[in-house]
Amino acid sequence: MKLQFVAVLALTALLAACSSNDEELASTTGAGIDSAATGSGVDGSGLPPVNSPEYFNTVIGDRVFFETDSSQITLAGQDVLAQQANWLGANPGVTATIEGHADERGTRDYNLALGARRANAVRSFLASQGIDASRLKTVSFGKERPVSTCSNDSCWSENRRGVTVLAGGGVS
Amino acid sequence: MSQSAGEVAHPLTILSLARALGVVAALVVGLGVMPAVAQEGRDGPLVIDVTGANVEPLPTAIEAFDLEDQALAGTANDIIGVVSADLEGTALFRLIPQSAHVALPVSFDAVPPLEDWRPIGAEALVRGRIGQLDDGRLRVQYRVFDVFGGQQLVGQQLLAAPADWRRIAHKIADGIYSALTGEGPYFDSRVVFVDETGPKNDRQKRLALMDQDGANLRYLPADSDLVLTPRFSPNEQTILYISYDDGSPQVYLQSLDTGQRERLGFFDGMTFAPRFSPMGDRVVLSLSQGGNTDIYALTLANRQLTRLTNSPAIDTAPSFSPDGGRIVFESDRGGSQQLYVMEAGGRSAERISFGDGRYATPVWSPRGDLIAFTKILGGRFHIGVMAPDGSNEKLLTTSFLDEGPTWAPNGRVLMFFREGAGPGGRPQLMSVDVTGRNLKKVATPNGASDPTWSPLRR
Repeated sequence: MKLQFVAVLALTALLAACSSNDEELASTTGAGIDSAATGSGVDGSGLPPVNSPEYFNTVIGDRVFFETDSSQITLAGQDVLAQQANWLGANPGVTATIEGHADERGTRDYNLALGARRANAVRSFLASQGIDASRLKTVSFGKERPVSTCSNDSCWSENRRGVTVLAGGGVS
Repeated sequence: MSQSAGEVAHPLTILSLARALGVVAALVVGLGVMPAVAQEGRDGPLVIDVTGANVEPLPTAIEAFDLEDQALAGTANDIIGVVSADLEGTALFRLIPQSAHVALPVSFDAVPPLEDWRPIGAEALVRGRIGQLDDGRLRVQYRVFDVFGGQQLVGQQLLAAPADWRRIAHKIADGIYSALTGEGPYFDSRVVFVDETGPKNDRQKRLALMDQDGANLRYLPADSDLVLTPRFSPNEQTILYISYDDGSPQVYLQSLDTGQRERLGFFDGMTFAPRFSPMGDRVVLSLSQGGNTDIYALTLANRQLTRLTNSPAIDTAPSFSPDGGRIVFESDRGGSQQLYVMEAGGRSAERISFGDGRYATPVWSPRGDLIAFTKILGGRFHIGVMAPDGSNEKLLTTSFLDEGPTWAPNGRVLMFFREGAGPGGRPQLMSVDVTGRNLKKVATPNGASDPTWSPLRR
């Protein structure tokens, strides 16, 4: 979640850099926003290079989400995975482990199996986009590693996920 | 029990106390018969029907033990305390406090004046004697009497090291419970479970072992802070469990005596949901390969793996019948999680669950008469039981999350875990009778999940 938050900041900075003119910038600084922070956003230094793991994790997005008890890649998920495949294609030396996760509304063993299905669905999709499957390991965490802890679908939908963890990327 | 890493199995010797008072007969634990005293107040023998619709707790008196050595007074009281807690914990017994006893003490070897126990309402009387042998072992003898029937129902002598006094107490409670209910014993048993600390999104999990009443808790070594589903071997000296030590979920074995542990095998894929066969020579487990999960049997002697299911569905949570002939498991081959029974060799799988909702984590009773399971229905989780053919389904509990039942050695009590909703939700061990009565918490120091009840200790 931290990384997603960073991504939002980076995109906000990007939009600001593209669309702002001096007047708007002046008006926002005039509204009392810390000028140092605004300055660092506008100069674009927060944008990671496109071939960096940071770009993969924060701009493309390292994860896709699933419907309840499903391992089907959603349309939104296909979009993310197509970009992940592009990145992996441009960075052929990078390997990854795909984590499959489930929400808390299932039993432990079943969720381990469901997580395995999800991880494999992500791996298969990336392979279908031309990524050598031998670069992609899978692991299931079942319901053991939720990122969000409320007990309603706003959290469960964030926990039903497949995360592509780049080797050395150090994120999950 | 010893808390050291090198825990050894302490022998605990049981002899039955005889028909004629004062004589110790070896080997056979039978009913001792007292000289008949006047029968009144009840026609049949003294029996608690644990399956009855309404059970009034049986008024029971445990008389202060005869002391062969006054230095053992504290131990005697400790033993009586544990016996009382075991019995009252079932909600089948009501202990009459010693302060209310009015009968004059008589020798353990004498015929007790049962009529003197009637005025305080006692229906069962427990008498005991404690001494210490030259080799240092405690010797505890006890007899259980039917106050109105005028009979000795059971009598035993137990020999054990002083450190094992709690086991002596549990054996006494087991003798009383079995004599008065006709059910098998279960108090002298242990529970292995997963201790949980930390917030819901950063849980630290470790293996823990305790007596069924929560005493003698100790943590077991592990090489990962993510361990799951510990399961006892039939001789209760070894456990199977899941560890992420190698980065993915895999089945491990651990000796409780030595703490020695090893990965069960190196297969292509993830392994989980292990259970021993009733003979302890095989392990059934799930192996997940390429996203597909099937059930396999592993022969421990040669580590040979045999595939038992072969479907594109999730087949997991296998559990043997007590005769080893069949396996109950869960599968979503029909579209949602349901229970199936197949031959132990993997043939003839037949669905046994047909109600609404999803069924999971089946586990066969050691008596063979029931299968316990988790049911997910209407956004709630339940623990339930059904006959092995799927008939007579009965839900025993309901909450936001009830999961993972395990049977007491006598097949009459279930333990499971319950977890609350939201960030503060913490798992808690619970127990419930197979009738649905006596639902209660099992105390643990931290969060606790994935309990497995051991077989009866020897």
